[in-house]
Amino acid sequence: MSKMAASSGRVLLKSFVQGCCGCYSVILPSIARNVILQKPAVTVLARLVCTSSTLQRKNIAAAGPEKYTQEFIKKQIEEFNIGKRHLANMMGEDPETFTQEGIDRAIAYLFPSGLFEKRARPVMKHPDEIFPKQRAVQWGEDGRPFHFLFYTGKQSYYSLMHDTFGKFLDIYKYQYGMRAEGLFSQDTKQVNLIGSRWMIKEELEEILVQPISDHDCLRFIQLLERILALPYCSIEEEYIQRFRRALEVQSKKQKIEPLQYDENEVAFSIGEGRRKTATATATVRDNGSGNITVNGVDYLLYFPVLQDREQLMFPFQFLDRLGKHDMECKVTGGGRSAQAGAIRLATARALLSFITENEVESMRQAGLLTPDPRVKERQKPGQEGARRKFTWNKR
Amino acid sequence: MAVGLLKKALPRLGLAVPAWPGVRCMTSRLYGTAAAQTQIHQPDNSVGSDKILTEPLKHPDFFRLSELFSLKDLFDARVHLGHKIGCRHRLMEQYLFGCRLEQDILDLDQTMEHLQQALNFTAHVAYRRGIILFVSRNRQFTHLIESMARDCGEYAHCRYWQGGLLTNANVQYGKGVRLPDLIVFLSTLNNVFQQHVAVRDAAKMNIPTVGIVDSNCNPSLLTYPVPGNDDSGPAVELYCKLFRMTINRAKDKRKQMEILYGLKSQND
Repeated sequence: MSKMAASSGRVLLKSFVQGCCGCYSVILPSIARNVILQKPAVTVLARLVCTSSTLQRKNIAAAGPEKYTQEFIKKQIEEFNIGKRHLANMMGEDPETFTQEGIDRAIAYLFPSGLFEKRARPVMKHPDEIFPKQRAVQWGEDGRPFHFLFYTGKQSYYSLMHDTFGKFLDIYKYQYGMRAEGLFSQDTKQVNLIGSRWMIKEELEEILVQPISDHDCLRFIQLLERILALPYCSIEEEYIQRFRRALEVQSKKQKIEPLQYDENEVAFSIGEGRRKTATATATVRDNGSGNITVNGVDYLLYFPVLQDREQLMFPFQFLDRLGKHDMECKVTGGGRSAQAGAIRLATARALLSFITENEVESMRQAGLLTPDPRVKERQKPGQEGARRKFTWNKR
Repeated sequence: MAVGLLKKALPRLGLAVPAWPGVRCMTSRLYGTAAAQTQIHQPDNSVGSDKILTEPLKHPDFFRLSELFSLKDLFDARVHLGHKIGCRHRLMEQYLFGCRLEQDILDLDQTMEHLQQALNFTAHVAYRRGIILFVSRNRQFTHLIESMARDCGEYAHCRYWQGGLLTNANVQYGKGVRLPDLIVFLSTLNNVFQQHVAVRDAAKMNIPTVGIVDSNCNPSLLTYPVPGNDDSGPAVELYCKLFRMTINRAKDKRKQMEILYGLKSQND
């Protein structure tokens, strides 16, 4: 009798709370009577009870973002790998050499989605990319934290400050030693700071894996500046260079097309330019005499206004190559001034192939290579134009 | 005497069984469980572990800390020098020897007794594997104190004290964090010459405190105040040296006792 009760009644239901709707099972133990067993038999009856978070008065949002345990992430990674192999089999590809692009193509094929928001479409990625990185637990089994500055709250930042100040003290002691021996001299090797800048807050946060404030970043930079003010700072040069980033050289960004040669061995180059809905394509030829043709028509006829012709000539005049090149261009769209500006930009870009790097830099600084971003501003509702408001009436 | 003081200040640490190899239990002060009893597992060799815990409590100076410092050392490190009489705190008058040319002089005899008690207590806490947190807001000695804490294997906080570090620990650090079992103040004032927030917070969270109190500090909330100079370099270096030696001694003694009683119980 007792054994029957034990085997039939033993049902265990896990209790869990999910999101806003909480369902939990109520387990009612009923101990069988007149039973002599080594272990007490517990028969459980379960009743599914559904509640919501408002009834339970739980502020779900206050718990913070969901925390994922290491086991959970590992399980997800295993499931992902198995799923990847299944997908490869389904698509008829080799499971061993199935890459992420293959997965994306397969998912786009199997689950076509017309949603505009790319982030709402079905996606299958490695769990490390989907689940946000959790900070590993900072303390051991006995509860003692690993890092000696754990109780400050910002352990990596303060540890960085501590180490940097340690470097400062080392340099100071070295300087003191040199002074004591009488070998102190002001003219020592200085750290090269040209062409680099200090790290910004975002880059520092990336290194420390911990959010910091602007004030903290500023303090850190100030400490580094203090180190640089010491005469013997070159001892810790490599430590300091870790926190400097190279400035990008602007002139290297220009894409210079190589010179092309046509049938008569004459060098030519093509450039494109845009200004305010006008697009122009310019072909600049070498060994010319300053002839400029626009849409098959001479530039004097196409641009009767002097100002437009000056715009055409400006790149040549800047490089002192006024009578040396021939130019042929096609231009569409825009108005008179816009077409002139477009041709100017196209010519400047075409001329890049003919000149040296220093001249490229000087052209860039003159503004010849910068496309003009100004376009016509849209009209807003409730106003007559882009800025003009309707006439104001007192009544 | 030591037993009574220890049991009064740290009731839970005195009763519970600490982490013994092979036994997993948390005997720590967990946030939010101030009154809850932690699980006590019966260890394999209960006699040995009891001996380890009760043996130091039978001697008044088990770790022989009185040989670490003498009155002359304190005098040479300028520990007796206080602030001017305008800065004097009313509650510090009991610890003053006198005043000379408007500068307060602390009584080094009292300092010796208090320092002995404080170091003894620190040693016992370190012996029982407690977490010790060094706090000071004196920017001159931040690097020194942090290096000292790292060498001992303990913790330091010589930076800006965020509001809820002790009182709101679950939110600040994460769930299930273990708070410090002892806080040592090498200077109880912060940069604005007001009492450090940690003194009050430690009292709120029932964490015992040891603090060096100068003549302008308030000694009332500290468990073991030590009247002494907290501004001079040699004085703070002396304190750092003493605390470091105490903690290292206590930890070495613990290892010795474990080996000793571990061998004994295996032999039995």
